[in-house]
Amino acid sequence: MQKSILDKIKKIAGGNNFFDSPEDRLSYSYDGVPMLQQLPEAVVFPQKSEQISELLQLANKEKFAVIPRGAGTGLSGGSIPTNNSIVLVMTKWNNLLEIDTANLTASVEPGLVTGVLQKEVEKLGLFYPPDPGSMNVCTIGGNVAENAGGLRGLKYGVTKNYVLGVEMILPSGEFIKIGGKNVKDVAGYNLKDIVVGSEGTLGIFTKILLKLIPYPSRSKTISVNFKKILNSGSSVADIISSRITPSMLEFLDNTTMNCVEDYTKIGLDRNSEAMLIIEVDGSGSSVDEDAELIMNILKKNDAQEIKISEKPAEALLLKAARRSAFSALARRKPTTILEDATVPRSELPVMIEKVREAAFTFNVAIGNFGHAGDGNLHPTCLTDERDSGEITRAHKAFDFIFNEAIKLGGTITGEHGTGLAKKDFLENTVGKEGIEFMKKIKMVVDPNNILNPGKILTIAPRCEGTLPKNREQIPEFHSHH
Amino acid sequence: MISAKDKALLQKYLPNDDVLVQCMHCGMCLAVCPTYELTKMERSSPRGRIKLIKSVAEGKLELSNLFADEMNFCLDCQACETACPAGVRYSKMVEGARVVIEQSSERSSIIKNTIKKFLLNSVVANHKRLKLFARLLYFYQNSFIRNLIRKIISILPHSKKNIEIESLTPKISKVFSSSVIEEKTLAADKPKYKIAFSTGCIMDVAFADINIDTIEVLKKHQCEIITPKQQVCCGSLHAHNGQIDKAKELAKINLDVFSEFEYDFLISNSAGCGAFMKEYDHLFIDDPKYAEKAKSFSMRVKDISEFLATIEPPSQLHPLDEKITYHDACHLCHSQKITAEPRKVLKQIPDIKLIELQESTWCCGSAGIYNVTRHDDAEKILERKMKNLEDTGADIVVTGNPGCIGQLKYGIEKHGLQMQVMHTVSLVKKSMESKK
Repeated sequence: MQKSILDKIKKIAGGNNFFDSPEDRLSYSYDGVPMLQQLPEAVVFPQKSEQISELLQLANKEKFAVIPRGAGTGLSGGSIPTNNSIVLVMTKWNNLLEIDTANLTASVEPGLVTGVLQKEVEKLGLFYPPDPGSMNVCTIGGNVAENAGGLRGLKYGVTKNYVLGVEMILPSGEFIKIGGKNVKDVAGYNLKDIVVGSEGTLGIFTKILLKLIPYPSRSKTISVNFKKILNSGSSVADIISSRITPSMLEFLDNTTMNCVEDYTKIGLDRNSEAMLIIEVDGSGSSVDEDAELIMNILKKNDAQEIKISEKPAEALLLKAARRSAFSALARRKPTTILEDATVPRSELPVMIEKVREAAFTFNVAIGNFGHAGDGNLHPTCLTDERDSGEITRAHKAFDFIFNEAIKLGGTITGEHGTGLAKKDFLENTVGKEGIEFMKKIKMVVDPNNILNPGKILTIAPRCEGTLPKNREQIPEFHSHH
Repeated sequence: MISAKDKALLQKYLPNDDVLVQCMHCGMCLAVCPTYELTKMERSSPRGRIKLIKSVAEGKLELSNLFADEMNFCLDCQACETACPAGVRYSKMVEGARVVIEQSSERSSIIKNTIKKFLLNSVVANHKRLKLFARLLYFYQNSFIRNLIRKIISILPHSKKNIEIESLTPKISKVFSSSVIEEKTLAADKPKYKIAFSTGCIMDVAFADINIDTIEVLKKHQCEIITPKQQVCCGSLHAHNGQIDKAKELAKINLDVFSEFEYDFLISNSAGCGAFMKEYDHLFIDDPKYAEKAKSFSMRVKDISEFLATIEPPSQLHPLDEKITYHDACHLCHSQKITAEPRKVLKQIPDIKLIELQESTWCCGSAGIYNVTRHDDAEKILERKMKNLEDTGADIVVTGNPGCIGQLKYGIEKHGLQMQVMHTVSLVKKSMESKK
């Protein structure tokens, strides 16, 4: 990027919010996805909406890309810089503006950490359920952009179910306000559902209004082991079809259990083929009745060791253990390629088998875990990026897994987003027409394709320049640009 | 470009590629990193620093001033290692990077570095000189000269900061513990354990009473205690500040000294020393002469709270009607993974009320000599700790490391809290002697 353009960016952002040292460019060249990286030209921490608006106008004029970023824990490469781009980091813009206890809403700035919001609302007996694995690090802005899910999705839904409104800057630099505190609102198109999950391609959030609900008064947590992995899958299908909705229904296979146990040392059974962690919550006796029904289903499915507890501390330990699963798998091999295949829940037992088949056929180690109650699995390939043969086999295994998921009526991503990592598989899931519709929206909103270009969709290959590819190396810094 | 000399240094002191690639940059460490919390910038986070270290190792980034600054900004509190599900040994990387920075030709030494080197190499590393230095400091702290100097400082530029740093110098004990504790202390009754005691250097001269309390408590728990006169500083301060060669030199002396005695456990009451002595085995893993010695040494090192938690609860504990809280020293909870033991020991004291401290495992900002070398950053980190301490409403804050004790005392005075700071073992001793 020309120095004159960088100077203009710096002038808009202010010297204290603008960074272009090699150290800063390197440390914003990646997010939570392995093997994807590219250097941005500069890193900017915006302080107010006007700055973002001006930066976007400049980007349209000077034709550079703007990549919005929260904490950089995304799992589809949504915040990885592209060619000739600047990164807009929202982590310092992190105030909790208001908790409205009369309307049960919270108004927040995009950089607020999800876990921090949760702690604050829980002090008031309120509940913000979406809880992605990285909830102590990730930001609400990133969650809304990715429509993040979590452990409680089964009963409480995902981020989109809690967004009442947003204030955002469009790629043109215009300011727009969508939604509000009304529970019902059908004025015009439902724009909210287009921008939630838009992965930073349609606008940059500057304020987010969230729905809160009362905190459930009781909960019980069940952990259970299975000698045969098949029985874990059929237990899940049985629980769902018997019309119980647990607040959490998580699955871990043997590989994952062992890695998690290595880290947490909470006494998971290293020899079982699989385990489920189930939580039921609510008020009064319904919790006991649901727990009772689930226990009976588990016993029928040859469950081995059923533990039930009403102690919050024990539930917290189990949940924290489950949340560590993805990273804990890196104990086995350094490069963990995580996928997000999701199938209708009745097909879960089949999908679990298909993942095993993929590992066997392509000779790769796969740890499998996920939100079983949502049919959302996270098969994770345990590889080493320095072994190109293994990486190739891992990619083949995932092609197989994706195709099988789609055959079962599933989708390539349940909650991580498309970004760069799953772009090639999008057409198989949403169809040619689906892609065309999305492209039309993007081209109207962002005709110059300056905002997070190349993510989800390929609009204009030549203008987007080269996008980061798997295992592409960052060049050496020969001199300061 | 990186010079050939630096390349060789990187090769020698940075962990190998297998360790470097282990970080899968998931970002779970960001939530617990005190420096990331301060700046909200990726390069001040463990994940960011690992990326920078990797880039330097791959020759893609120079050993720049900014790189050096980020490495030294890190407290090495190792909270990220506790938070890392993948088991990445971050501290090995950052400590390796510090050695490279320290030895690289590029680094020009400024006054602060010179003072740091003087303190580490000439004072702490030599116990006789440390005692002499401490003796002088004792007279200084108890004389009119201190008031005079404080007055002079107060009219200099940065006066507030300089006075703060001056008041961080550990309050020197009137008598050093090593002068009082005999080389061999007999058990009060029926000897059951043979203990070797590591006096530490700061503990010896600044917190002599804690060392004496430790001996008293051990004595009454059927321990026969050896306190070798020839022991030296464990080397941890040097290792954490990029002087690994000096650290090894000191470690070898200790290995030789302690191998002259027979003992079951080597007890340390200083979390930083204990953590480092537990790592002697790794330090000498490739040293044919010291590998075996270090292995046998390290496996017997135990923190005092770790030891007290495993033996029978002492019968001589008398009730103490106190509200206490517990601050986890980083080198106990993150390096040694000891959190339950001190709490167990404290709860054994009848009538004691233990109030849990919010963010008890968050660094207090002491971090070896960090509170002196990076005073402004340490102050901000300390502030957070003080807020949490105040919220407990406790009368006593208990902890297990001399650095933390000094830092907390300083913070409590500065923030005007009414709270006493005590070492775990001193509270146990108090309970044993309580007549209530």
